Amino acid sequence: MAQRVVKLYLAFVLVFLYLPIVVMIAMAFNRSALYEMPFTFDLVWFKALSTNERLLQASWNSVWIACINTVIATALGTLAAYAFARYEFRAKRLLQLLLFPPITIPWLIIGTSMLIFFFWTGIGRGLHAILLGHVALSLPYVIVVVGARFANFGPELEEAAASLGATPWQAFWRVTIPVLAPGITAAALFAFAVSFDQFVISYFLAPPGTSTLPVEIYTSIRKGFTPEINAISSIIILFSMGLMLIVARNYKFGGDN
Amino acid sequence: MTRQARTVFALTAPAYLWLAVTVLLPLATMLYFSFLTASPLGGKEVQFTLKHYTDFFTKQIYWYNAWRSVELGLYVTALCLIIGYPAALGLAKYIKGRWREAIFLLIILPFWSNALVRTFSWTMVLREPFNILFSYPAIVVGLVHAYLPYAILTCYISLQAIDDSLIEAGRSLGATPAQAFRRITLPLSMPGIMAAIFLIFVPVIGSFMEPRILGGKDAIMLGPIIEGQFITAFNWPLGAALSFTMLGMVLLILLAASPFLKHQMARS
Repeated sequence: MAQRVVKLYLAFVLVFLYLPIVVMIAMAFNRSALYEMPFTFDLVWFKALSTNERLLQASWNSVWIACINTVIATALGTLAAYAFARYEFRAKRLLQLLLFPPITIPWLIIGTSMLIFFFWTGIGRGLHAILLGHVALSLPYVIVVVGARFANFGPELEEAAASLGATPWQAFWRVTIPVLAPGITAAALFAFAVSFDQFVISYFLAPPGTSTLPVEIYTSIRKGFTPEINAISSIIILFSMGLMLIVARNYKFGGDN
Repeated sequence: MTRQARTVFALTAPAYLWLAVTVLLPLATMLYFSFLTASPLGGKEVQFTLKHYTDFFTKQIYWYNAWRSVELGLYVTALCLIIGYPAALGLAKYIKGRWREAIFLLIILPFWSNALVRTFSWTMVLREPFNILFSYPAIVVGLVHAYLPYAILTCYISLQAIDDSLIEAGRSLGATPAQAFRRITLPLSMPGIMAAIFLIFVPVIGSFMEPRILGGKDAIMLGPIIEGQFITAFNWPLGAALSFTMLGMVLLILLAASPFLKHQMARS
C-alpha cells in the first residue's frame, strides 16, 4: 500500500519535471508556428534552423568556448585538487573556502561584477571574456569532483612508484593520472556542461553582434520567438541530458559509491 | 620557500590566479563602483557617495521590489521542500534497488540541463488551458520546476544516511509512525533541508531570466531591476550598490535564521 502511494507520488513529480520538456520537443515537430492544434508532424522548423546564420554562428561559438573551457578548467582544477589531496599547508582552508563565492553568489552579481571589471581594465566584452568567466565557474566543480576521487586513493601507489625509481613527474603521469581518470572524465563533462548551458554570465559579457547559443535564444524569446527556437532548444536539452547520462555512468551522484 | 611550498604554489597558483582575476577582483571593483557618483570610465570626474545605498531605503521602487524578491524566494523554497521532501523520503525509504537508481537519475537529469531552455518550455505549457503565462504564478511554477531537483537531491542524501534501525528502535519503544518521523527522521534529515534552503533561496532572490520570460508585467523585482541598470539604463554604480544590497540581504537573512537552524541541528 505505502509502496503504491510512494510510486504514484514519484510519478507525479516526474510528470511535473518532464511535462514542459516533452511539450516543447513535440512543438518543435508541429507545423503550426502558433502552437495550434491539431498536431501535424513537420520538420519545417529544423529546416529553418539549418539556414539561420545567427543561431548557427552562436552554436559554433558555444561549442568552441565549452571545449576550450573544458581543457583549461580540467587541467587547472586537477592540479589544485592534487595539491589539496597530497600536501598540508597553512592556506589550505582559506583556498578551499574561496571556491564557494563562484558557486554560491548569484550569477547575476558575479556576471555584472565581471562586466564592470573587464570594462574598467580594458579586457572588454567578447568571447574571450565569456571564456574567462566560464572557467571561473567550472573550476570549483572540477576541484570538488576530482578531489572526491582522491578521497579513496592514498599516496601509497605514488610512493611505491617513487621507491621503484620513478621521478615525481613520471609518478604523476604514469600513476596518479590513470587512477584519477574516471574522476577527471566526470569533471571534464561537468565543465563542458557548465559552460555550454551557462546563460547569465555570457549574457552580460556578450557584446552586440557576438553571442553564445543561450544568449541568442534569450534574445529571440524576448523579441517574440519563432518555433525554430523550439527546434534548437530540443536539440540542446537532449544533448545536455545525454551528456549527464554519461557522467552518471562514470560517477555516482548519490554518494553511495 | 621550501621545496614543498614551491610545489604547492605551482599547483594552486594557476587556478587561484584565474579565480582572483575573474571573481575576487571583479567583486572588489564592483564594491568600489557602488560608492561612486558615476562610472569612472573615459576620464570622467567622479566623487564618493553613499547616495545609491540610501536610495535603496528611501525610494519605494527599490525596497518594495527587494521585498518582492525575498517573498518569491520564500514561496519557491517552501514549495520545493513541500513537494521535494516527501519525494526524497519515498525514494530513500520505500523504493529499493534498480527502481531507486533509475528514478533518482530521472529526477536529477533535468537539473543539469539548460535552465534557460527549461524556463522557455513553460511558455508553451502555461498558455491554454491554464492561462497563467506572464503572471506571478507562472514565475513561481518555472522556478519551482528549476530548483525542485536540488531539494530532492539534498534531502535524499541526508535521508538515505539515516540508519533504519534507529526508526525501528523508536517504534519498538512505542512511538507511533508520526512520532517516529517527527522525533527521529525529521531532525536527522535537517542538514539536507538546510542545504536545500541555502541552495534554492539564494539563487531565486538573484533570478532575473525566469521573471523576464514568464512574468510579463509581474517581472519587476530586484533581479530584473539590477539587470536593467547594466543592460538598458547603464547606471553601473546604482546597479553595483543594488547588487551588494542584495548580497547583504541574503547574508542577513541566513544569519538571522542561523540561531534557529543551529538549534535544529543541535537537536538532531
